[in-house]
Amino acid sequence: MRVGAAIDVAAPPALVWEFVTDPARYLHFMNGITRWEVTTEQDRGLGARYRTLMRVGSAEVGGLVEIVECDERRDLAWTSVTGIDQRGRWRLRELGTGARTRVELRIQYGVAGSGIFGWLAEQVAAPAVRENLRRSLQELRRQAEHEQARAAAATRRAAAQR
Amino acid sequence: MDTETASRPSRNGHHADGDRFAGAPRARAARAARDRDRETEDGPRSRNPLERLIGAIAGGARGRVPTADLDERDPDFIRESLPAQWLLASLWFRGEVRGLGNVPEQGAVLLVGNHSGGNVSPDSLVFTLAFSTYFGVERRLHQLAHNLVLSMPGLGFLRKYGTVAASPENAARALESGAAVLVYPGGDHEVHRPSWEGNKVNFAGRRGFVRLALEHDVPIVPVVSIGGQETALFLGRGEGLARTLMLDRLFRLKVLPLSIAVPWGLNVGDFLGHVPLPAKITVEVLPAIHLRDRFGPKPDVDEVYDHVTTTMQETLDALAEERRLPIIG
Repeated sequence: MRVGAAIDVAAPPALVWEFVTDPARYLHFMNGITRWEVTTEQDRGLGARYRTLMRVGSAEVGGLVEIVECDERRDLAWTSVTGIDQRGRWRLRELGTGARTRVELRIQYGVAGSGIFGWLAEQVAAPAVRENLRRSLQELRRQAEHEQARAAAATRRAAAQR
Repeated sequence: MDTETASRPSRNGHHADGDRFAGAPRARAARAARDRDRETEDGPRSRNPLERLIGAIAGGARGRVPTADLDERDPDFIRESLPAQWLLASLWFRGEVRGLGNVPEQGAVLLVGNHSGGNVSPDSLVFTLAFSTYFGVERRLHQLAHNLVLSMPGLGFLRKYGTVAASPENAARALESGAAVLVYPGGDHEVHRPSWEGNKVNFAGRRGFVRLALEHDVPIVPVVSIGGQETALFLGRGEGLARTLMLDRLFRLKVLPLSIAVPWGLNVGDFLGHVPLPAKITVEVLPAIHLRDRFGPKPDVDEVYDHVTTTMQETLDALAEERRLPIIG
């Protein structure tokens, strides 16, 4: 099952990229995520592994995931090592002059070999997962735009002092 | 499920590779002592023909119980069945499990739970699902269950979930393998308590779990659940009836419970199970109790027992206060 959500953020891709690659920020903006813990020495980039959990229904579901694609300021993808089967992807695309970013988050999940109940569980869980993604993007936008506004204010103040 | 692990010896748990996990000499010596006790108990002590007949049937019943083999646990099977469990736990029981972070991340641990819901116990389903998704199916979890549960036709699949027959040997073997072991000391006594005693922890004074934790020096993690006793109207344990019918001697069954349950109406014995009402099940996992850190180098079994049951009862009281309506939660 694949679910996704997208949103436009009034901040450049570089700033959004900082959010989506920093594991310490995940618990602050990802809705439903109860754990996003670094398990490798490197905390970001290709090969970094995280133990992740998202509350869906009566259980916290997730497992160990590894970053398998890291295209600077454009794409960040992970796949599961243990736990339920999942693939996730952040897709950032510059809009217009570069001051805005189209952010898309996709998650594909399931349990191979689980048959009809697996299919049914995926359908039942989809609205909750989709809602988590939607709220996560809204929170990401809020935090990123706030940081962007703060950076702009600092720049203006520095210019005024000169 | 009867998980009073240390009080009654049985023939279960003996198999060829039994010493594979037997690391501690102390544990081996304790097992040898229990083996000697068992030989005495199963020996020809019965004098009259009736007792000899009962002994023979009981021996047969115990003999049919599958020998505990920890390798029967099948992580792939568990993983593939997670969606079905999740559907049942989420949609029917609206399960909620709190505090799984209190379970130590690694190593053997004794999970001690209160048990509810008759022979169809939803607290086990909700908790084991949450444990498996939280820690991953790769982390070994074994549950102890009554001999009869595992020998019932059609329930053999429980062994794939890591369920083993309740005996001191099997519990010891599971702990020595580094697994998390889930026990319900109250067993059949607690699980069939009347519905109006649903919010009481009742281990019937069974302290075997404390001795087990001390013997293997593992932490105890209390697991408190509520809602299971609302899945049917449980009327009583029928202990007198069980004694009269000699079920305790034949099958180690100390109860013959009575309940009003779907689809049977009046349900005697609950042998075929029942369709549980969709009561909300809430489970709270409490902080681990490291016995020697808390009670000194030689903890008193009674003191530990009182501490564990009191802590669990306090939590159960708090969970009960949160509930507004039976079943609804």
